[in-house]
Amino acid sequence: MYNGVDQFTAKPFWHNGPAPGAIYNFPGTKTHGTNGSQRSQTPITTATSIVAMKFNGGVIIAGDILGSYGSLARFRNCPRVLKVNDNIILGAGGDYGDYQYVKDVIEQKIVDEECLDDGFKIKPKSMYCWLTRVMYNRRSKFDPFWNTFVVGGLQDGVPFLGSVDKLGTAFEDNAICTGYGAYMALPILRSALEANPSPTEEEARALIHKCMEVLFYRDARSFPKYQVAVINKDGTDIQGPLEIQQNWNLAHMIN
Amino acid sequence: MSSIGTGYDLSASQFSPDGRVFQVEYAMKAVENSGTAIGLRGKDGVVFGVEKIVTSKLYEPGANKRIFNIDKHVGMSVAGLIADARQLVDIARRESANYRSQYGVSIPLNYLNDRVSMYMHAHTLYSAVRPFGCSIIMGSFDPQEGPNMFMIDPSGVSYGFHGCATGKAKQSAKTEIEKLKLSTMTCKELVKEAARIIYLVHDELKDKNFEMELSWVCEETKGKHERVPESLYLEAEKSAKQAMEAESDSDTEDM
Repeated sequence: MYNGVDQFTAKPFWHNGPAPGAIYNFPGTKTHGTNGSQRSQTPITTATSIVAMKFNGGVIIAGDILGSYGSLARFRNCPRVLKVNDNIILGAGGDYGDYQYVKDVIEQKIVDEECLDDGFKIKPKSMYCWLTRVMYNRRSKFDPFWNTFVVGGLQDGVPFLGSVDKLGTAFEDNAICTGYGAYMALPILRSALEANPSPTEEEARALIHKCMEVLFYRDARSFPKYQVAVINKDGTDIQGPLEIQQNWNLAHMIN
Repeated sequence: MSSIGTGYDLSASQFSPDGRVFQVEYAMKAVENSGTAIGLRGKDGVVFGVEKIVTSKLYEPGANKRIFNIDKHVGMSVAGLIADARQLVDIARRESANYRSQYGVSIPLNYLNDRVSMYMHAHTLYSAVRPFGCSIIMGSFDPQEGPNMFMIDPSGVSYGFHGCATGKAKQSAKTEIEKLKLSTMTCKELVKEAARIIYLVHDELKDKNFEMELSWVCEETKGKHERVPESLYLEAEKSAKQAMEAESDSDTEDM
């Protein structure tokens, strides 16, 4: 971009020519402004953990609806589980603005796909792989999207659950929790899955509710209202905000 | 043609002495060579019908479609040169994607119509380009705004319509459309009417094979533009054929 010229104003008549008193910019060499550029180094408005697991015949993803501004519980209605299409759901933690941007890109991708009118719909593994590419590309520019995404869905009827973080690190698992949930909720899910490797949808919902409850009590950036996205053979469904019944009666016994 | 040999038809950027732009008129001739396309706007949506002439048995069924999705809520049917039309489809899709990325909501059809007709009109102004050899009909349905439909000519002129037709048999199609009470009809009824009109105006002597395309965007599709479901398509096709037979029976009785 040339000094003082943005994409909305007409290009100067003499491209790359020397401005009065300035040094000639040779074509093809990129010159930066003297002010340098800043890349995102910290997230601003953040969302906390995502809790997700596979169950027999589907996947469930849950996240509360709080947007935190540092330690301030600033925005109380920030939904962050998303229906991508009939076979993909998505949950996101981290910077809420980055999530909204990626969400817009994904939604336009779905519109473009529907426009093609070939009956093809993107499947969870492709969505997951695409996200790994986007996230890795951005971290390679030292300007990452500050998010952790959890992709769930039915790939030809088989449940799929995978996660991508801001560095492009990606993995699949039967239960995935991000952020503080990785410490607090994931052990609960793992031990439950060890005892019962193939829970029903109802059992999975109860388990996720339990995890959200535990996280609300122990994670200082959490909120007692959350949304759940469920995908099963009947399609995708987003529920909520569901409320966590809180009881602090035993609080005085601590310390 | 009066213009031949006068030299005023070589460029779209020059008037003839009697105030005509011949290149634009030739573009309209290109539209008249194509199969008929009609659009019907009822009380709860818009229905498109296209008579797609199949010039060779070697084509796969469904090749070279002439109804396009522009966005979730916008459909377009075209008459004329298909390759020219695809360029317009691409422009219209870009306009709607751009609008969504800027404003976060779906593009209003009158705005999209303005943009696309300006683009078409721009191609009637310069000697370096030729006008588009196609007319397009765009339709949308919005729960608040209701149904909307516009047709754009190669000249870049556009009007809003209750019912419109373009292509080979536009005259007889228009006569048929005028008999309908469009603003009181539902899309379900209009699909049948569209099929009947397409079958009626098809000239079996000149063009043997054709495929009918039917699409709609209405309350029933929740404001999404899509091809009509197969069951409804078959039903409409059947009643259209019956109407044709009834017509030809009465013709023979007259003789």
